[in-house]
Order: sequence, then C-alpha cells, then structure tokens
Amino acid sequence: MVAAARAAECGVRVGIVDDNFRLGGQIWRNASDHARSNDARFDDARSNVSQNNVSQYQNNEAQNTEASRSAGWVRASGATVLCGLRVVHQPEAGVLLAENLDGFCELTYDKLVLATGARERFLPFPSWTLPNVMGAGGLQAMVKSGLPIQGKRVVVAGTGPLLLAVAAYLRKHGAEIPVICEQASWRDLAKFGLALSVWPEKIIQGIQLKRDLAGVPFASNSWPLAAHGQQILESVTISRAGKNQNIPCDYLACGFHLIPNVELPLLLGCGLSNGCVQVDDFQTTTVPFVFCAGEPTSIGGVELALIEGQIAGLAAAGHASEAKALFPKRQKGRRFAQLLDRTFRLRPELRSLPSPETMVCRCEDVPYSCVRQHRSWREAKLHTRCGMGPCQGRVCGPATQFLFNWNPDSVRPPVFPARVETLAAVTGQSQRQHSEVTGGQS
Amino acid sequence: MPDQITVTVNGMPVVVSSGATVAVAMVLAGQACRTSVSGQPRGPLCGMGICFECRVAIGGIPHCRSCQVLCEPGMEVTTEN
Repeated sequence: MVAAARAAECGVRVGIVDDNFRLGGQIWRNASDHARSNDARFDDARSNVSQNNVSQYQNNEAQNTEASRSAGWVRASGATVLCGLRVVHQPEAGVLLAENLDGFCELTYDKLVLATGARERFLPFPSWTLPNVMGAGGLQAMVKSGLPIQGKRVVVAGTGPLLLAVAAYLRKHGAEIPVICEQASWRDLAKFGLALSVWPEKIIQGIQLKRDLAGVPFASNSWPLAAHGQQILESVTISRAGKNQNIPCDYLACGFHLIPNVELPLLLGCGLSNGCVQVDDFQTTTVPFVFCAGEPTSIGGVELALIEGQIAGLAAAGHASEAKALFPKRQKGRRFAQLLDRTFRLRPELRSLPSPETMVCRCEDVPYSCVRQHRSWREAKLHTRCGMGPCQGRVCGPATQFLFNWNPDSVRPPVFPARVETLAAVTGQSQRQHSEVTGGQS
Repeated sequence: MPDQITVTVNGMPVVVSSGATVAVAMVLAGQACRTSVSGQPRGPLCGMGICFECRVAIGGIPHCRSCQVLCEPGMEVTTEN
C-alpha cells in the first residue's frame, strides 16, 4: 500500500493488485474499512508512516488508525485498487495473469513491486488436522472476519511475538486463554527483552501486551504434543516446561513464527538468499524492474515493511534520492528481524512431535511414516504426492524443511490453483513460446 | 447492509454478522468444510487463503476457499466430500 502510494505521488500510473477482498493484507485485515470515515486524515498518514510509529504488535485501535491512514493515503494518491484478484502466472515478461471469482485478466507492467507478505509456519503433531486447530494468526483472521470468540477457551501455542498479539486480541474479544505456550527458552526470551532496549517503541508495546494479558499464564519451553477429539477439537496435550498437561479447549491457535511467501517471486525468477527474496539497497530483486518489499525479504514486522515499501515505491518511480533518505530506518528494522530470527528459532525437540500416523501433507493425507522414507522433497513428492495438493506445498513444504532439512524451492505455474479457462487463455501463447524456446518440449 | 445475514450450510440456516466470511459460517454451523482424501473432517487452518483446507461449494461452484469469500444473504454453501 505504501509502495503504491509513494510511487503514485511521484506521478506514475500505479495499480495495486490484492488477493484479499479488501486492502490491508493480513495484519490490517478489515481495518482499512474504517478509512472511509477517516479520509480527511490522510494528510497525517505520510508523516506518521514515515515516523515509523506503527507495529504489528500494537493494540487494535492503533492498527485500525494506521490502516485507515494508509488506505486513505492510497486513495488520495490516485493509485488504482484491484481487490480479490490473485496473480497465478506470468505468461511473458511484463504481463501477469490474474483471476478472481468471476474470471481472469492480464495485467501489464513496466515496473513491479512484489509485496506478497508472509504466512505462518505450521508443524505437524498428532491430530493437528482436527477442525478448530488453527493457526494463531489464522484464528485471529477468523475472529476479525466475524467469528464470535466470546467465552471460548483458546490455547495459544507455537512461537514468535504473534502469539502474544493474538492472545491479547482474542482475550479482548472475550476469549478465555488457559495458557500461552512458547517453545523458546526463558533465556532466549530474556535476551530478547534486553535487546529491545534499542527499540523503545517495542518496549512500550510489550508493556501494553503485558497489561492486556495480565493473569494469563505464559509458559516458555512449552509446546503442543497432541490435539484430541473425535470430529472436532476437544482438548490439547502440551509439554509445559518438561511436564505433560491436558487442557480442554474450544480452539487451539498454533503457529511457529512466520515464513515469507516467495512463490510468486520465485516464479518470476527472483533469486533467494536464506529463504528470503534477495534485494539490493533500492529493494530491487535479481530480476530487473522487479522490486520486493516487506516480509518476503525478511520477517521484520509491519514497521520494516512500511519502510521497505516506501523505498521500493520511490525507487520504482525513479526517485532514488528520496528512497535513500529512508535507508537508516530500514537498517534498524532489519536488526530487529535478525533478533526475531535468533530468539524464535525452532528447538530440535519439535522434530519428534509427529507420530508415524500424523499427516504431514494435509492436502494429500500423506503421513509422517511415508514422508520420512524419502531423502528429498522432490523424491517425496514423486513417491507420495506430498506437497502436490491444492496448497502446493505451502503448508507441508516449510514443515519438511524443518523436519528433514529439505529444500522445497521449485515453483511452477500456475503459482496458485487456477481455473481451466484461465489456463486455456494462455495455452495458445505459451505453447507458441515453449516451441520457440525448447523446440517443442515443455 | 443488515447487521446479520442468513446463509445456508448444507440446507441448514446459519446467521452470521454482516461482513463475515463463509469460513465463519462453517465454524458456526459446526460443520467440517471438507472431507480429506482419507476421510478426515477438515476445517479452516490458515484463515488467509493459503492452505485450501476450508474449501466448500458456494452457490454450486466447487473448491471455493471459504475464508476468502464474504457471506451474502441467501448464499447456499455445501460441504465437499
């Protein structure tokens, strides 16, 4: 959003293509709706976003305000907004193929800024496939989308600062949180707390979260061992600082930090570095005229994403000097990303969570016992269909990366499941191109 | 827009707040969205259109990710088996 707004302000023609039905991505989900009543305040948006005073971990009102401001800024900038449109393929350089519920379209560009965000990392444990076991961010997204949570018991588990934000959000909406299980050790968390002194705004957010979560048990060195229930979740067994405990609950909100969405960048040929999209100082990827901003370049939260987005937008519009002015702020954000990586790295014990029957690939129902017989992601795919269902390995890929050190980095078009009519639209073109390039082999 | 919307899930009426997604209606209905290839019930996981676990048929169109579609009055949702 800020990349588009910044670029549009430079006088170039800008369009935003968003997969969601509203602007704002996952963190600002629905919050940008408030923008319509706040349009008059868009003047503040630029200064406030530039001042770097927002965060993924702030309370909801602040997020709403910031989302509203950014949405107002986008509207005022004159950028065209296309929501509910998912890019599935790039049939030729400078052309993207996208589809929505009604059909498909081709979008042409001279410069492209990718801001594909991140998703939660899920790790398999027994019965994690039961309904009402959701991602931490997943359950929060559901509540933001209208799921009543008042009076429901929600165990929050996994790792990363998102757990606290989610727990605070759910509690504010009336949920009862029996426990928050964080797999990181007290020692790493204490180091994290000390290191935050460089980011006073994060300390303020931390204090706010602590207040919001007063009375909610927080257990470090703790993780889910198994979910229980017949047709739906009834309880969860956790390992709590070395002891097993069964907790009845309505929902388990479980996510193991975040991983970047690099599928579309990979499809376009962008190089990766340590699993993230590789960018230069101006957020340019290894592919000319393709920029990338936010979580795909490193998991650093909203603040870093906003700075990177502005740099990418300015650089794409040819305003390098203005972009340069934002470099120091980005540096600070990147240090925070590194701190997150260090603190919330996964402990090896989590590799032994799945039982032989535990589904690793939920789309194709491939159990751990089948997947572990293979030596690589590719071999497992070919023999078991692991990673070959509709999610295209987005869930089990990162899990196997952690469980077996595999490297699921091959991406083929379409990058999301697409309708046959959409594919048919490019078949003629791509057949022609393939014939030229490969002499008929495809 | 009314405050509440009624949709049907496998023919049963479900009332959701205006602006709710179909995935919310599914959870409120207490219905699994789909049955997996080995027969397990499945519901929403990621809540953001990535995992495809919440797919249902909406108005007869199969394989819709229910977390990415807003409820509309009278919408007919059926689960995938």
